[in-house]
Parts: sequence; structure tokens; C-alpha cells
Amino acid sequence: MLNAINNALDLSMKADENIVLLGEDIGKDGGVFRVTDGLQAKYGENRVMDSPLAESGIIGTSIGMAIGGLHPIPEIQFAGFMLLGFSQLLNHAARYRERSRGAFTVPMVVRTPVSGGIRALEHHSDSPEILYSHIGGLIVVEPSNPYDAKGLLMMAATMNDPVLFLEPTKLYRLFKQEVPEDAYTIPIGKANRIAEGNDLSIITWGTMVPVVRNVVDKKKLSADIIDMRTINPLDEQAVLESAKKTGRVLIVHEASLSFGAGAEISARIAEKAMFELKAPIMRVGSPSLPYPLPGYETAYIPNEKKVAQAIDKLMSV
Amino acid sequence: MVSKETFNGSVEYVQVMDENGNVDQSLFPQDLKDEQIVEMLKWMILTRALDAKTLSLQRQGRVYTYAPLVGEEATQVGTALAMRKQDMFVPGYRQHGVYLVRGASLEAHFMGWRGFEEGLKVPKEVGGLPVSVPVGTQILHAVGLAFAQKYKKQDSVVLGYTGDGGTSEGDFYESLNFAGVWKVPVVAVVENNEWAISVPRSHQTAAQTLAQKAIAAGIKGVQVDGNDVIGVYKVTKDAIESAKNGMPVMIESMTYRMSMHTTADDPTKYRDPKEVEYWKARDPIDRVRKYLTAKNLWNADIEAKLAEENSKRINEAVEKAEAFKGDPKSMFENAYSFVPETLQEELDDAEANNFWQ
Repeated sequence: MLNAINNALDLSMKADENIVLLGEDIGKDGGVFRVTDGLQAKYGENRVMDSPLAESGIIGTSIGMAIGGLHPIPEIQFAGFMLLGFSQLLNHAARYRERSRGAFTVPMVVRTPVSGGIRALEHHSDSPEILYSHIGGLIVVEPSNPYDAKGLLMMAATMNDPVLFLEPTKLYRLFKQEVPEDAYTIPIGKANRIAEGNDLSIITWGTMVPVVRNVVDKKKLSADIIDMRTINPLDEQAVLESAKKTGRVLIVHEASLSFGAGAEISARIAEKAMFELKAPIMRVGSPSLPYPLPGYETAYIPNEKKVAQAIDKLMSV
Repeated sequence: MVSKETFNGSVEYVQVMDENGNVDQSLFPQDLKDEQIVEMLKWMILTRALDAKTLSLQRQGRVYTYAPLVGEEATQVGTALAMRKQDMFVPGYRQHGVYLVRGASLEAHFMGWRGFEEGLKVPKEVGGLPVSVPVGTQILHAVGLAFAQKYKKQDSVVLGYTGDGGTSEGDFYESLNFAGVWKVPVVAVVENNEWAISVPRSHQTAAQTLAQKAIAAGIKGVQVDGNDVIGVYKVTKDAIESAKNGMPVMIESMTYRMSMHTTADDPTKYRDPKEVEYWKARDPIDRVRKYLTAKNLWNADIEAKLAEENSKRINEAVEKAEAFKGDPKSMFENAYSFVPETLQEELDDAEANNFWQ
């Protein structure tokens, strides 16, 4: 996925000279995960900038650049540090268009690594999609594989909106996938049904996609697996369609359970498809606790066993 | 062992015209003509009249919470007139005078303060961003905007405004720091009006001057008598020139908030009225009036005629702004570049059920 994102940035920068990258250590070092490796050498220090160490500054100046006609793609080194720029995202990036009735827009893509599973330090492993999905005016995207990462990022880089692009660190190098060399886009706001079946619907995204896939394969289930791809705005139609078809729904996310995106999805199904369900909607998420230090990480993140048990319970109703 | 001084900085204070209208010729901008000073006075008078009217409408419930600027006219008019046509600005929430001078309509002012975003649709030629409320956060946008100007090779400098309270925010320091590292054409204008709601400047920071904060970021800092429109004009002109050449500047314009922070507070609760008297004697408008009267360029008749014109213009603008009926649908249509399906459903629902009536 690392290479796919790097390639998407490269192609986007080639196509649009108003795209600039900025962030901590993204230039010479190519970013702490090497996502931007080689881009400064190719496009120069004026388009790929090692910024001062200040997340609010990175997002705040990106907003100004965007209003000034550029299309910045800032990187925040880890999602845990993005909270220092939260006010800029919520108070300004998401609101300029609305505040000015369309006179000023903020086309930018804020990229940041999310989620756990790589034995990192504290604050390096959170899954914060829901913190940002509650903000009207902000788009939240999270790919689960290299092909999607490239297409979604290239799409985001052409939109006249602020997009938050969450990159699961665990998936950066988890598996290889052939990705077309040429430019292509994947629509934002649309989910992807990655497996088709009749007995249940599993709605998931990010790091949980491979986990869910493994369980479904091992248990030889006939299941719809919906990879949301975009958290906000939510592809409600895709969710409802599948829920109505199978009548059994499980929502799986790495973020903690309480007030997670699963609650939102579940509420929408309950409002619009409850009488077509055969069982209560179920959710799997991490415990409703702060993300632990790496020693307890495997006990915290939902694993295949947890997902399998939830499926058994759902199917037994 | 080594012990040596590695840094030694200082901050310049500029005043061209004192409170009695006396001018220091050695500092007086050579290119500034008498008729421009008349213009300055006219803008300050219009700005004060607009402010008074808005406050009175607020008291009648015809405008919502409002942040008055009375006392700060010289800082706003002086900086705005020093800008070139192609320069831009990023205001906070008190820079009504800057908008005016830059060509924004009086009607837009009232529309915005009556609570309609349509008033914040700042036309391109004004070169300003919409009102920004979170204190100090918007200077970062000025720095980014300045970066874009430099990147696109535009000869345009961006002025970002905040107040003395704003200089305590982390975003303010980050702005100066980014500006210094990137050497972008930006000028931070700190409208130091001595009060951040109820907290005096002395409680805001132990730093002797606010301008010295610029030095820590490697950019230029300067203080000016913020009630001296000519001083403000001069310092801003110089700052724009400097910023254009890669050295950003922070201006600490030392003025005074004669009125409340916003219509939601009562300054008699937290400050000594004697302090207000002290500043009344240093009024930004009085001194220019004295200066121009002595030169036979101003008199009571001119002022009365101007007041009448201003009042007519302002009243017409109020009338237009009050006739505006917003369409709630515009909220849904301007959140994104498209209307997401789930949002469309909320919109359809509201319209179908006459939720807005």
C-alpha cells in the first residue's frame, strides 16, 4: 500500500502543479513510513516541504494555501498528533465553504497513518475515524488495500473539498497486490462489496477487512462483505441493500466500540430496515478504553476469534 | 568555558502624529498627500458611524452579538489604506473598518452581523477572507495564503489580523514561525487594544512588548501608536515592502478598545473608567481632525455634510440587509462540493415536512 500511495501522489503531482506536499520529515527522509520517498528529489523543495514540527501549523497553513488556489496534501506523522490540528480541521477546513456560502473552498487532502498492530509507542495506534466523521463538511476516507488506496487518493486530490485520508499502518506492508501503473480514480462516498453471499452482511473497513475476510474464508460462509472505503459521507444505500438481502448484520471496526461508526450504521439500519432483519444488529470493536501500550495490543485489537464468535452468535439467533 | 552574548534584539516604536495633531516631519511618509489624509479621516468617520449604528441595532435586537471597534479606527483604516490593490487580508471578527476600506459593502456588513453567511461571501476584489472567530487561529491561513501567492509568483502580500489576546495562542506563534521559515509575503497585524474581554494586556504575557514575539520567530517586529493613522500607514507600507522581499513582519499596533469586547459583556465590571478617559484624550479621529483643521482642509461644515451622507448610506444598507430573507436550503448546498445522499435525504425531509415554516 505504501508504494500505491507514493505512486498516487506522484501521478497527482504530475497532473496538477498546484498540488504541494508538506509535513514533518516527508522531504529528505521520505516520511517516517517512507510514503513520500523520492518525491522531493523529483518535484523539488518548493512542492515537497519538510515543515516545522507543528501540526496545527501544518493544517492551518494548508487551509490558507488551498484558499489561495493550491491543492495541498499535508501529512500528519501520526493520527495521535493530529489532535493538535483538530481545531483547524473542525473550525476552519470543514467550515470555510459553508461560512462563505461557497465563495471560499478548501481543496486539500490530509493524510495520516492510523490504527494499531505494529507495536508502536503510545499515541501511534488510534483509530480516530469517528472523531472526524462527526464534522459536517469534512470527508473521511480509509482504504484497506493498495488498489483502493491509489484510486481513492487520486480521487481525493481532484476534489474541491477537505478530505481526511486515513492510512492503516498495519496495511502499509501487510500484503502485495498488483496495482495498475496508470492513473485511475475510485469514487468517494461509495462502499465496495468485496464478497457476495446470502446468509449475513459484514460491514467493515481499514485494518479489519483482512481479518473479516479470513474468518469468512475459513468458516466458508456465504456472506456479503462491505468495505466502506469512505466513512463520511456514508454509503447508506449499500449498507441497507445488503442488510435487507441477508437479514443479518455484523459491523466490525478496530476503533473502540462505544459511540463508534458501528453505532451510526446500526442506527440507520434500524431506522430503515428493521423489519427485514432476522436478528439484532451486532457490532465488534476494541474495548471502550484508551489504546494500550504495545504489550497489551493483541489483547485489545479485535482478532479473528472475536469476529468468529460474533458471527456464531449472530447466526444462532 | 565560554560565556558570550549570542543574541541581542530590540523593538522600534513609531509615532508620526501625536494626540494633538503634531507631526514628526522626519518620519512623515514622503508620498503621502494632504488629500490622502482627508480620505483617512473620512474612512475613520464612516467606520465609527457604521460601528455606532450596528451597536444601536444590536440593542434593538436587529443585529445579534456584535464586536464593536470604536477606538481602533486608525489601526484598521491605516493598515487597509497601506495595502496595494493586489494585497489580501485575513481578519478576525473586529476588522469591520478593514473590510470597508477594501471595498466590501455596508450591506454585507449588516447581513453578516444579522447572522447570514451570505454577508461573508467576500467579493474577490476586496481581497479578504470571511470573519474568523477562533482567536489567533486565522494567521496561519494568512501564512498559507501568502505561500500560495509566492508559489504562483503573484506580487501580493497578505495581512493577517488578531488582537493582544490572540498572541497567547499557540497558532499565533506557529504562524510567525512558519512565516519565518518559509519567508512568505505575510504581515501579522496585532491590534493590541489592551483588553482580551476582561483580561488586561499585563495579564496576557510577561513579555515587555508583543512585537518582540516576532524576534523569537526570526522575523521583524515593530510597535506603532495604533491611534496614529499616519504612523500605522507608514509602518504597514514598510512592512508590506519588507514582506514582499522575503522578510515577514509583525506589527503591534497599540490602540485601545473604547467599548465592550462584544455586546455580551459590560466593561464597567472589570476596568477602571479612568483608563477609558486617558485613551479618550488620545482618540484616533480627533488628532487628524486637528491636523487638517489647522491646514484649512477640514471644518465643521464638511464634517456635518459627511455625517449626513454616511447616515444615508448606512440606513440604506440596513434596509437592504433587513430585507434579505435567507434560504435554509443554502446550508445544505454549501457544506461540500456536492450534496451527499444522506444529506440530500435530510434536506428533502425538511422541505417535505415544511420544517422551516
